[in-house]
Amino acid sequence: MNGSAPRTAPAAPTTDHPTAARGTTDVDYLKSLHRRRTFGAWFKDKGWRHVVGIVVTIFAVFPLLYVLSAALNSTGTLVGSNALFSKIDFGNFAALFNIPSRPFARWFLNTLVVGGVTSAATVFLGAMAAYAFSRMRFTGRRVGLLSLLLLQMFPQLLAVVAIFLLLSGISEVIPALGLGSQLGLIMVYLGGALGVNTYLMYGFFNTVPQSLDEAAKIDGASHTQIFFGIIMRLVTPILAVVGLLTYIAISGEFVIASVVLTDPDSQTLAVGLYSFVAQQRSENWGVFAAGAVISALPVMALFLFLQRYIVSGLTAGSVKG
Amino acid sequence: MPETELREGPGPDAAPAAKIAGPSAPGRQRGTSRRRFGPDGTKGTLAKIVLLGLVDAVAVYVLMMLFFSHSWTVLAVSAVVVLVINWIYLRKGGLPAKYLAPGVLFLLVFQVFVVLFSGYIAFTNYGDGHNSTKDDAIAAIQLTAQKRVPDSPAYKAAVLAKDNSFYLLFTAPDGKVSLGSTDTPLKSVDAAGKDSTGKANALDGYRTLNFQEIVANQQQILGITVPVSSDPADGTLRTADGSNAYQFKPALKYDAAADTFTNTDTGAVYRDNGKGAFAADSGETLSTGWKIDVGMENFARAFTDPSLRGPLLGVILWTFTFALASVALTFALGLFLAITFNREDLKGKKVYRILMILPYAFPAFLTGLVWSGILNPEFGWLNQTLLGGASIGWLTHPVLAKISVLVVNLWLGYPYMFLVCTGALQSVPSELDEAARMDGAGPWRVFRSIKLPLLLVSIAPLLISSFAFNFNNFNVIFMLTGGGPRFADTNRDIGATDILITLVYKVAFGQGTGRDYGLASALAIIIFIIVATVSAISFKQTKALEDVNS
Repeated sequence: MNGSAPRTAPAAPTTDHPTAARGTTDVDYLKSLHRRRTFGAWFKDKGWRHVVGIVVTIFAVFPLLYVLSAALNSTGTLVGSNALFSKIDFGNFAALFNIPSRPFARWFLNTLVVGGVTSAATVFLGAMAAYAFSRMRFTGRRVGLLSLLLLQMFPQLLAVVAIFLLLSGISEVIPALGLGSQLGLIMVYLGGALGVNTYLMYGFFNTVPQSLDEAAKIDGASHTQIFFGIIMRLVTPILAVVGLLTYIAISGEFVIASVVLTDPDSQTLAVGLYSFVAQQRSENWGVFAAGAVISALPVMALFLFLQRYIVSGLTAGSVKG
Repeated sequence: MPETELREGPGPDAAPAAKIAGPSAPGRQRGTSRRRFGPDGTKGTLAKIVLLGLVDAVAVYVLMMLFFSHSWTVLAVSAVVVLVINWIYLRKGGLPAKYLAPGVLFLLVFQVFVVLFSGYIAFTNYGDGHNSTKDDAIAAIQLTAQKRVPDSPAYKAAVLAKDNSFYLLFTAPDGKVSLGSTDTPLKSVDAAGKDSTGKANALDGYRTLNFQEIVANQQQILGITVPVSSDPADGTLRTADGSNAYQFKPALKYDAAADTFTNTDTGAVYRDNGKGAFAADSGETLSTGWKIDVGMENFARAFTDPSLRGPLLGVILWTFTFALASVALTFALGLFLAITFNREDLKGKKVYRILMILPYAFPAFLTGLVWSGILNPEFGWLNQTLLGGASIGWLTHPVLAKISVLVVNLWLGYPYMFLVCTGALQSVPSELDEAARMDGAGPWRVFRSIKLPLLLVSIAPLLISSFAFNFNNFNVIFMLTGGGPRFADTNRDIGATDILITLVYKVAFGQGTGRDYGLASALAIIIFIIVATVSAISFKQTKALEDVNS
């Protein structure tokens, strides 16, 4: 019920012959009529939106509550996790950090390192390329932009076999960059650093007025001074968006990481947590859920915190789900 | 022009700058408003020298390693790349290249080259049993194709360990004791400790493994082949259980002149069959082969091999269905929600919005795993708690599994569509809405004839890239069902919810069946062609090209 006046309510019934007795019933009748109409109109106007909202919210939130409940329930099995929030303790979290063959803390750290380095380098490489495309005119500029647009259509994971064989070839010469090496994996990820990111940044760089560069040039600034001192500071929002989206994408990347990182100590969360439940899904469920909660929390917090910026970046063309 | 003179100095782009800088300079063809940059500062020059020095130091190390491994082609290419990088950063001018080079280098190696390399692999028989040269294969066949010498005496064996490697201590039937490992041929030892049965079981400097340790390191211990002498033809000693050992000799003899292997027992002759393997006249092939080019065979096999053709067609069909249905469902729900909540005066709108986009913030690879727990047919929450102990095969029945995959992908994907549709709806001017209402259009008519067409203009490119993304949406499928339930009409690991990219992964890196890089790459090339076709069409449909021209 809300107080908005129902304009659609019909005119009150005529009260040409009011009597004292009838007056009260009329008022009651009118009131009840008024109330019913209001609810109907309200429901038609807004109420159904709340119904939709509640149904979809349950759909959206239930799996998250389920995994949280499973994480807090030290029974640990899949069956034991079915009674939601029947038991709350932190046994699974304690167990999670005490399995030598599955070093969760290392996985977490590895994900931070691989994701962090990759997204920082991606932002830097992308920004340099976007600066060149946005501020300079050179032969091959248009072809270059078009090629980037085309190349981004072919995700790297399609070439996973070739990447695996390339890295296994590299390991024979320089083991530090080959299979099993996080540095090698980061290099592979940087192959996708240009592409959609550059395109996103290119659009944003174009919105920074050229006159700023011109003024700096007149004052004798070098191109690096303009790039680091002026442009990079003015485009910080898009840098944050690209960095965050890259981090989210890389921290959830499974295909290439699972092929490259074979040693449990060097794996990322996606590879490690999958191996955790791949064989014995129902036995390890509680501990896996605890791992899932810890892995998801930082990403979700960052996402919700920077939601506004991300949404603006999304509409410019990057897709997750 | 004093500035121009200044620029003659250390600035990398000084030389061309001097030529075209001033308004009066002759031969200027570019825009009149363009000025040249100032010179690099001392700090900038220093940073450049240090960075380039580091890169060159690493490059020299890499080149040296390549030299020592005799990879001449790669060495030549790498040397050229290093020279080009130095040329780009040391020459004057060519500023765009300085900014583009690092990103483009990674792009060329790890995006463009690997795609071309995939194309090459697709035309080879690269994979398990075919991953090296013919010479390597011949050596490997001699080593692996060994069989127990008939009626040879049984040696007693004990497993010893030293410096993290395992050794076998043998006691011959005549009581002689000898020690060896895969890398160290058999040699006699004297001072071995023996147990009551006369079996040698201890040696100074070595630790004897107990039964539990033998079981724990079973794979490694079974893999030990101790050469009897330095001549491979004398054969090896091996153990199958850690306590008894037998003598093995090569069962296949290589004749270098005829390029054939002969089985020493049966006399069967194996010849190079031209397909990267040795085959007998009976058609039997030796399992170790080598890599050769096979032309279109992988593609032909994909569409003619009976164990592959039917399942592959099913997978292709499902890949399209999955991608299209995912886009349609997420867009429909997202748009519906966007319209539903596109009201300024709705109470709790912000709360709904935050809660409804939560799935989008949840990592995608975890989504499949978490839902696989909820939907698990035996122990899952849906069957056990909500449906009171039902046993519906949400992930094991072919049709239900497909529906489950779509529902989970809907959960994962609708918040994105909700967000972009909300943005697009808010950019539709409200005057249009009012004008249409004045003309007597109902809400449905307004939506269908005005809002939806306007919406599609800005959303269509996103729908296409969403299609391309879902076409290769590996994580949801692999984490939720692993591609299962498996098709009954094939012995390969292909299932009802497999899409092309999960099939590529399983063929190349799957457990159980041998790795077949050639076939996997051929399937990847098929995906390339499909994605290229789809993107070519989408390029025509959208105005993406015009943005580039600006």
